[in-house]
Amino acid sequence: MTITNAILQGIFLGAFYAVLACGLSLMFGVMRIINLAHGDIAVLGAYIVLVIVQGTGISPLIAFAIALPVLIAIGYVLQLTILQRALKAGILTPLLATFGLSIVIQNLLLLKFSPDVHSLGASAGALTTQSWSLFSGESGAGSTGITIPALGLVVLSVAVVIFAALQLFLSRTRPGWRMRATAEDPDAAELIGIDSRHVYARATAIAVAIAGLGGLFLAIRSVFDPVSGPTQLIFAFEAVVIGGMGSLWGTLLGGLALGVAQTLGAQVNPEYAALSGHLLFLAVLVIRFGGVRLARFGASA
Amino acid sequence: MSLLAVEDLDCRYGLLQAVRGVSLQVAERETVALIGANGAGKSTLLRAIAGAHQPHAGRVKLDEADVTSLSAHARVRRGIALVPEGRRLFAGLTVDENLRVAAASRPGGRWTVRTVIEVFPFLQARLHSPAATLSGGEQQAVAIGRALMTNPRLLLLDEASLGLAPVAVDAVYRSLGDVIREGATVLLVEQDLARALKVADRVVCMLEGRVVLEGDARSLDRDRIVNAYFGLRRAGVGGAGT
Amino acid sequence: MTVRRWTRTSKLFTGCTGLVALLLASVPLVFSPDIVQKTTTLLILILLAAMWNALAGYGGLLSVGQQAFIGLGAYGTVLFAGFGVPPYVAMLLAVVVAGSLSIPISLFALRLRAAQFAIGMWVIAEVASIVVGLDQGLGAGTGISLSQLYQVDPNYRQAYTFWLALALTVLFLAAIFFLLRSPLGASLQAIRDDEDAARSLGVRVAARKRLLFVLAGFGCAAAGVLIVANTLFIEPGSVFSVQWSAYMIFMVLVGGLGTFEGPIVGAILLFAIQTTFTQGGPWYLVGLGATAALFALLLPKGLWGTIEERLGLRLLPVGYQVVEKK
Repeated sequence: MTITNAILQGIFLGAFYAVLACGLSLMFGVMRIINLAHGDIAVLGAYIVLVIVQGTGISPLIAFAIALPVLIAIGYVLQLTILQRALKAGILTPLLATFGLSIVIQNLLLLKFSPDVHSLGASAGALTTQSWSLFSGESGAGSTGITIPALGLVVLSVAVVIFAALQLFLSRTRPGWRMRATAEDPDAAELIGIDSRHVYARATAIAVAIAGLGGLFLAIRSVFDPVSGPTQLIFAFEAVVIGGMGSLWGTLLGGLALGVAQTLGAQVNPEYAALSGHLLFLAVLVIRFGGVRLARFGASA
Repeated sequence: MSLLAVEDLDCRYGLLQAVRGVSLQVAERETVALIGANGAGKSTLLRAIAGAHQPHAGRVKLDEADVTSLSAHARVRRGIALVPEGRRLFAGLTVDENLRVAAASRPGGRWTVRTVIEVFPFLQARLHSPAATLSGGEQQAVAIGRALMTNPRLLLLDEASLGLAPVAVDAVYRSLGDVIREGATVLLVEQDLARALKVADRVVCMLEGRVVLEGDARSLDRDRIVNAYFGLRRAGVGGAGT
Repeated sequence: MTVRRWTRTSKLFTGCTGLVALLLASVPLVFSPDIVQKTTTLLILILLAAMWNALAGYGGLLSVGQQAFIGLGAYGTVLFAGFGVPPYVAMLLAVVVAGSLSIPISLFALRLRAAQFAIGMWVIAEVASIVVGLDQGLGAGTGISLSQLYQVDPNYRQAYTFWLALALTVLFLAAIFFLLRSPLGASLQAIRDDEDAARSLGVRVAARKRLLFVLAGFGCAAAGVLIVANTLFIEPGSVFSVQWSAYMIFMVLVGGLGTFEGPIVGAILLFAIQTTFTQGGPWYLVGLGATAALFALLLPKGLWGTIEERLGLRLLPVGYQVVEKK
């Protein structure tokens, strides 16, 4: 594979990470919470789609449309029961509560479905298998040319659409303004009639729905099992951090960067894929937060 | 019948009691100025009326209906709007967005972005600027406008002149005068005694959490006000309260 | 009014703990290797809980990645034993070397805020796991055993391991105990109660946190060393697993975050649960996760913290009491 092709595949992979990361980024931006169960919720979404597909035989994409209201409901319930309490309690509490939730979800899934891996790649048919080759040929060292998988294109397009839609929602609609206002100053928002609980619930519902979509893409492009959640969480979080926490478009770019880092690392040695992503993440943390006294603009530990 | 009735209100911060047994009434279309030294409990009282602070004891009633257990956003829907101390605009939103985000709470009243601009004409040019880029006076105008957008029946103002240049305060109070002339009911906390007395119908003075003086703004003796403000007894210095 | 440190209860109890330690030391002499191994596991849990509590309860540092040090301690032992170092010396060496890695890590990890720190540490653990897993000499992904210990008679091996575990656990608990009683300790408890207020009073918060971080690094490395000594076989997937963080969080949350005795209570509880539900499996983990989450939300002081608060009890003299003079 050429470097160009590796980067291209990295972009497709990164788009998938961006979708996974989108909900995490939204919840952080609005509520300052990192949901440690985010990856498991994505996997839960994959299982919901799996159940529908196995039960009805329809295509996974249509099955997701059916799963969507369920995911939205889960989001609302999650916020109104657990997260709302955790928000009032302290900085550590949401992390601890969602960590506990993560373990609960993983093990409930283990109980309901076996530890076996599943995949929706087969059910997605042509979407998984179709790809186009451009500029292909052989030259000295190896094969040249680039491959464009249909799934990769779809995920990339969906990612861009979702981020754009979310951005439009936040900047052009009144519910979007209310979300931004509540994110900035929940108390002042209450004083002008905004019920912060509902705003948070809406944000969580959106985050869970998009996470579910990430789960769907995970199921189609790869395999998943009940304990796949933490891996997705780490990739999603890395994407958010690389792109800059609190920035929506940053999360998209961060996802792409992560994907490219992983595929380039895989070029060197297939076992280095995830490691390359981790190293990029750590490098970004070191640069941004120093170990060296970079900027002294009131930044304290 | 009064629009707002506060009965025996007790407000605490942990062990510290900020408001002690305060009772107060504001009639429809009245403008009441709440004055007093720092720490007298004025802000806390306003916040308790708006629902931003849960009182320890006592009641807040709007139109004879008990709203004490209602959350702040529910009270906004009933018609109570607070312009908080320090303005607290949404810095990342534009002026236009700051105003319109407040609009949905009580639709169908006379206040729209257009009518707010009529009261604060200097905001027209800044409509699409992020709120963080505005001057203090402009921000105060947006803060008041934002509260007006909820079409309040009772407007609460906490230290509208704080941190503003005199020129800006003049502008704000001129506009406030317009709003009052339109028939609004206003309860305002104000450090600047002169301004407070000029704009208000009635004045209420607080000291150490209690109401120590109440009366008509124009006819109250200036010396009485000063004595009550500082907790001085008539005959000389010393002691607290009347 | 007087301020006093030692109450009658705390004097009694501290005396008791000394007794308990002595009694524990005699366990290998009385019980079968099987029971000794189980008790070693209990000691490892106590150590882990105490270390996580030191980080989160006293430093406000929520780490989901302490398994990095556990794994490094375990693999360090295997590494040094493989170089020919006598096994039990290799263990002590591994504690020191793996623990010291916490110092360079702390230089940047401690600059991260809550969530970034939590997951950042997790990523570091993942990196360590991957790097170790790539090394064929260390068994790669399939794991490796501390074969050098096979030569030792199982009875003696279990006993030596137990005494090492007891010594290390007592050492680290004592370190925390004396840390809390020192002038340093008051500032640590101040950080726990209100970090910004502590900073404004001149408490050098960053230095204190580094101290806790490094201590926890050494402690978790010690736990890792004991794990490989106790079970003899390790693989990256288990020794670097985030499951260890789950256990630590459960023990400390349920036991009592920010108290000295809490983690010990939590460890005993987890040990009891583990030995009762020997099949382990998903239901037991569901219970653990749900319990941890519920405690975080509803009973943040944990069992011990709540008892301490309700009864005004202080068994070990780590704080001061203001007492009305009679």
